[in-house]
Amino acid sequence: MRCIFQREWSVAMRNPGQWVNPLLFFIVVVTLFPLGVGPSPQTLSTIAPGVLWVSALLAVLLSLGALFDADYSDGTLEQLALSGQSLPVIVLAKVLVHWLLSGMPLLLMSPVLGLLLNLPSQAIPVLMVSLLLGTLSLSLIGAIGAALTVGLNQAGVLLSLLVLPLSVPVLIFGSSAVAAAAGDFAASGQLLALLALLILALSLAPLMASLALRNGVSGGT
Amino acid sequence: MFKWIHRFGSAPFVYRLAGALSPWVGMACLILLCAGIYIGLVVAPSDYEQGESYRIIYVHVPAAILSMFVYVVMAIASAIFLIWRLKLADVVAQASAPIGASFTFLALVTGSLWGKPMWGTWWIWDGRLTSELLLLFLYFGYMALRAAIEQPQSAARAAAVLAVVGVINIPIIHYSVEWWSTLHQPATISKMGESSMHPSMKRPLFMMIFGFQLLYAYVLLIRMRTGILQREARTSWVAQLPEVARD
Repeated sequence: MRCIFQREWSVAMRNPGQWVNPLLFFIVVVTLFPLGVGPSPQTLSTIAPGVLWVSALLAVLLSLGALFDADYSDGTLEQLALSGQSLPVIVLAKVLVHWLLSGMPLLLMSPVLGLLLNLPSQAIPVLMVSLLLGTLSLSLIGAIGAALTVGLNQAGVLLSLLVLPLSVPVLIFGSSAVAAAAGDFAASGQLLALLALLILALSLAPLMASLALRNGVSGGT
Repeated sequence: MFKWIHRFGSAPFVYRLAGALSPWVGMACLILLCAGIYIGLVVAPSDYEQGESYRIIYVHVPAAILSMFVYVVMAIASAIFLIWRLKLADVVAQASAPIGASFTFLALVTGSLWGKPMWGTWWIWDGRLTSELLLLFLYFGYMALRAAIEQPQSAARAAAVLAVVGVINIPIIHYSVEWWSTLHQPATISKMGESSMHPSMKRPLFMMIFGFQLLYAYVLLIRMRTGILQREARTSWVAQLPEVARD
């Protein structure tokens, strides 16, 4: 697990596009909303939780398309599947590295974007906690989709079609936690629900993704 | 016992069984649906609150029930396929997907037609309607994934994994959407009191639900026969079938 982790980390660090692009995408999408709906602070603070969450969801999903692709095309994935190591653990390591490089920057950037959208300042800690729990779940759920579509043309659109319906609960609890905090209500219930979803995803998603991956690798040859 | 079960893994046996069963299922379905529609639309009394427009329930509720029922059948068949590698389970799952999507679509259309006189709009982000819409997306995803992978065996396994993941998620999606919709709208829409329905209205409803189930079974049997023929097109038993050998 540590070797995989280190390998993934060094491969990813040599390719800055992998973590810069989702972050830029997130910032650009959030910037588009005030231009689309008008700059009134009142409107912006109402839609801010939803906008931030939907943008984060899309940024995570778009970045997931490449989760297994490079390893699939150069044969590394096949070697990993044959290595005798537990494939779910390998998948989990890959997802964690991917999250550190794509979810984490979103998390760190979100307070700034929250201020841009006039989100009340007491909601910002909740926004960060909800994104911490939520983007990790999204990376895990998305890994199933990425594993199912590995090696296909058109994988990006198909991946979104597969994963978006599955990510609805995360979106609902995430944005409503932020909205509750912005309205000075307790958000602990929603955060606990997010935590529950994360635990479920953590336990099941690597298994499902490795099942799909094994199929993708053997089916391609 | 095992020999008996084993026969259901044999394509020629299931092909013939489906062929023998389908006319009977089709007849029973036709009789039930005709009777259900007649009793539901003509004989049953009109509702004191909703007048005649409640009668769409006789199409809407069976379609909605079947849309979920078919997904569960699909997921169970997919799990059987993944665990025991039973190819016919995959035939069932593949044949079910478009049928389930049609039922889901029908439930959405009738729901919005019902919504117009009841709620005054075609669409409302009601919990049940929204989760039905998401279910439709899940069906589309399943079919799109299947269509995207060229190698049939690999497509079958990928789709089966997706169906199993989907069925784990459906309850979570459903309850989160329900929770979300109660949060966002005041509870002005009282639930249609299905439990307090008069027996004269309930009886045709159950006939329709059962009729829809038979309709599903009928279409499933036909689609399974087609699916088996497509998969086994190069085998000798298919070549010897009277309906194939003719041309």
